[in-house]
Amino acid sequence: MAEVLVYVDHVDGAVRKPTLELLTLARRIGEPVAVALGNGAADTAATLAEHGAVKVLTHDASEYADYLVVPKVDALQAAVAAVSPAAVLVPSSAEGKEIAARLALRIKSGVLTDAVDLEAGDEGPVATQSVFAASFTTKTRVSVGTPVITVKPNSAAVEAAPAAGAVEALNVTFSDQATGTKVTARTPRESTGRPELTEAAIVVSGGRGVNGADNFAIIEALADSLGAAVGASRAAVDAGWYPHTNQVGQTGKSVSPQLYIANGISGAIQHRAGMQTSKTIVAVNKDAEAPIFDLVDYGVVGDLFDVVPQLTEEVNTRKG
Amino acid sequence: MSLRIVVTVKYVPDATGDRHFADDLTVDRDDVDGLLSELDEYAVEQALQISENSDDDVEITVLTVGPEDAKDALRKALSMGADKAIHVEDDDLHGTDAIGTSLVLAKAIEKAGFDLVVSGMASTDGTAGIVPALLAERLGVPQVTLLSEVSVEDGVVKGRRDGDTASEQLEASLPAVVSVTDQSGEARYPSFKGIMAAKKKPVEAWDLSDLEIETDEVGLEGAWTAVDSAAERPARTAGTIVKDEGEGGKQLAEFLAGQKFI
Repeated sequence: MAEVLVYVDHVDGAVRKPTLELLTLARRIGEPVAVALGNGAADTAATLAEHGAVKVLTHDASEYADYLVVPKVDALQAAVAAVSPAAVLVPSSAEGKEIAARLALRIKSGVLTDAVDLEAGDEGPVATQSVFAASFTTKTRVSVGTPVITVKPNSAAVEAAPAAGAVEALNVTFSDQATGTKVTARTPRESTGRPELTEAAIVVSGGRGVNGADNFAIIEALADSLGAAVGASRAAVDAGWYPHTNQVGQTGKSVSPQLYIANGISGAIQHRAGMQTSKTIVAVNKDAEAPIFDLVDYGVVGDLFDVVPQLTEEVNTRKG
Repeated sequence: MSLRIVVTVKYVPDATGDRHFADDLTVDRDDVDGLLSELDEYAVEQALQISENSDDDVEITVLTVGPEDAKDALRKALSMGADKAIHVEDDDLHGTDAIGTSLVLAKAIEKAGFDLVVSGMASTDGTAGIVPALLAERLGVPQVTLLSEVSVEDGVVKGRRDGDTASEQLEASLPAVVSVTDQSGEARYPSFKGIMAAKKKPVEAWDLSDLEIETDEVGLEGAWTAVDSAAERPARTAGTIVKDEGEGGKQLAEFLAGQKFI
């Protein structure tokens, strides 16, 4: 059976959830072979094996942390040369897409980004992409070379599928370009204790109607009652009420949770682009004419300062 | 010293318009008004700021690959303050994918001559955000991408990249490829004087033969990816809308419980 390379996104050996989703998709096409790089690479093996990796290729060097993107491209290229895979899957983070694109160019292969589904096809893997602010769905494939495909978080379920997960050292020779862009300082993002926005099953977002940074406490309280991540519209971020890392929309994060709760968000195209593929959508807005209500499964026309705290209290009561 | 900046810009269908696909599954560019991709305005803005903060003799060239109407995007960038423009236009470019576009841009950037390439974080139509990385790979220069802050001094570009798990300070020697995010600073509006001046600024027109690119390297035929189908997403079935009469939060909780979210 053909092998499928899966690039592992991890933090010091802790595998991030989108990589496990990639293993689910990789098993539809062939046998997953994982590539883990940098500090803690070998520590990823147990988790990856539980989710279907037959092999885990690892390599650690200071270059992965000290220089941007290119060392990882060099390593993934070495893995492609070693394995001759049927496809290469990479998580669709900003960095993941850059790695995938450069790799594809080097190995003379087409690249597809931001797939939301993947299945085997007669002419290679077929990716589903959601385009034009999720108003269209396309089926696409790579027609030249080894398909390199980046996949968005929440595109597949994480499934247990125990496999050997044998750790093998990957031989990597860094290219002349590897040390071109130096990372001179790195400040880890402070953990909020909430789920990662793009990975969360539930997202609770606030927009212009929240009307102030302090008022986001109401949104956070609802999020915490549901174990959800907090999102914000561009209007709220531009006003300085919430950090840009939490922005949902075309120029922020694109999310696809089981449940999306939009509070005081009108639903402009810029926002819809980032949340329209959510499974269930709920909105609270004062304006009955707000376009967000065209998308909802359930909407409440009302003042979020009345509705949201009541909802939070009700959720907490029901949880007991 | 001189500093030659090339800003890559894209002419895109208006995101607020009714965007759709043509019969050959390429983006329909005829039925929807086009404009300079909003995210490229940030690239033009940062190039102008680098120029304004520099003691060097800076020349800013805006470069686009696209059909006849793409000139509108160049005019907008020129009216913001760029010095000159290059328009790569060729019928054989129709249907070119990101890899092919990066080939055309890279050849044009090399022909124009450059010390710094500045791009936006992504286009507002394709949204992949991979062209800057592809340009760095093709040009063989450092990639300093997705910056929310950027500066150039003494032949070194520095910037801040805010990633998912960390914020990084980056540094590279010129020549280099930079991309900037919408957090890099509001783009200026063209002044009346700028709009008038733009009309006299030079716009060079190049085609594939000027760049020594074979027609089979680009276009739908030359693409390394294929679109098999494009379907409009079915409209979401109309949901239940209630007016809050004092019990709105409880009603919402009831709905969420029914859907097993609580």
